[in-house]
Amino acid sequence: MIQRMVVSALLAGFAAGLVAALLHFAFVQPKILLAEQYESGALVHFEGAKTGVGAAHDQTAHDHAAPADAPADASAGTAAESTTAAQPAAHDHPATDEAEASPLKRNALTAAFYGLTYVSYGLLLVAAFAAVEQTGRQVTAAEGLLWGLAGFAVFQLAPAMGLEPELPGTPAADLAARQIWWWGTAASTAMGLAALAYGSGPLRWALGLVLLALPHVIGAPHMDGFGGVAPPELASTFAARTLGVSLVAWLSLGYLATRLWAEAER
Amino acid sequence: MTPSGVTAKEFDMTTQTKVAAKPASALLSILFVALLGATSLFVAGHAQSATLHDAAHDVRHSSGFPCH
Repeated sequence: MIQRMVVSALLAGFAAGLVAALLHFAFVQPKILLAEQYESGALVHFEGAKTGVGAAHDQTAHDHAAPADAPADASAGTAAESTTAAQPAAHDHPATDEAEASPLKRNALTAAFYGLTYVSYGLLLVAAFAAVEQTGRQVTAAEGLLWGLAGFAVFQLAPAMGLEPELPGTPAADLAARQIWWWGTAASTAMGLAALAYGSGPLRWALGLVLLALPHVIGAPHMDGFGGVAPPELASTFAARTLGVSLVAWLSLGYLATRLWAEAER
Repeated sequence: MTPSGVTAKEFDMTTQTKVAAKPASALLSILFVALLGATSLFVAGHAQSATLHDAAHDVRHSSGFPCH
């Protein structure tokens, strides 16, 4: 049984990770690179408006056009050159500097870690398949997309409703507290969905809904106030795209994992 | 697909018996695979070594994992 589980998870996980990586490079990476320009201070959101109001018509006020005019999908180099409102780097971010030196290495690592992440999801998913089959039920390929939706809800949507996917350069609450909330939310959402899908009797509705709601009633850890340096439009586009990408990747994972799982049984 | 000479129902029954005969080892396998998945998810998304963080940086931000 272990072999059936691991093989299904590995194959489906790497394929879904590849889907995630390709969509990431098309939709998400340009937003990260642009946000890093704001993080490093190469671009400054609303800088022109602020100095324009405060210091009447000094030099910087005339040069403010860049943030709004910078092409949304600009690569690191061109957007930096297009702005004259550049400030000396206010924040240090060594990871960024290193990554800019070698985008190929950076993107290869991203693809590899998508593979690892989705193989991990795949292992958890097939463990759930096996647990369900212990109760005498079957997991069929026809349920694949439902499993994918459930995984998306557990690992992406429910956590994102409390802890928004963050652009680089967004300050946030204590890391350990956020990680604990993240894992607790995933566990509670998974148990809630399991109660709704496999429980019996009217009590399962109550139990399922309580488990789904609990993390959000407790609430995710947050800072007082907001400190993001990137424009809100950029942050919201980023959040929406990360959820879209992971939805497609999770549907692929659910479909492939149930297919392989059912095939391996024969 | 069932082996020749065996009806689907009989085959199902054999399979069920096999599963039921080893519930402890089945549960252990499930637990092992689930732990393996959770551990590798922790390494990919949550472990705070500087090297891991830098390497997984873009994936962590884009997967909604709490990152630095």
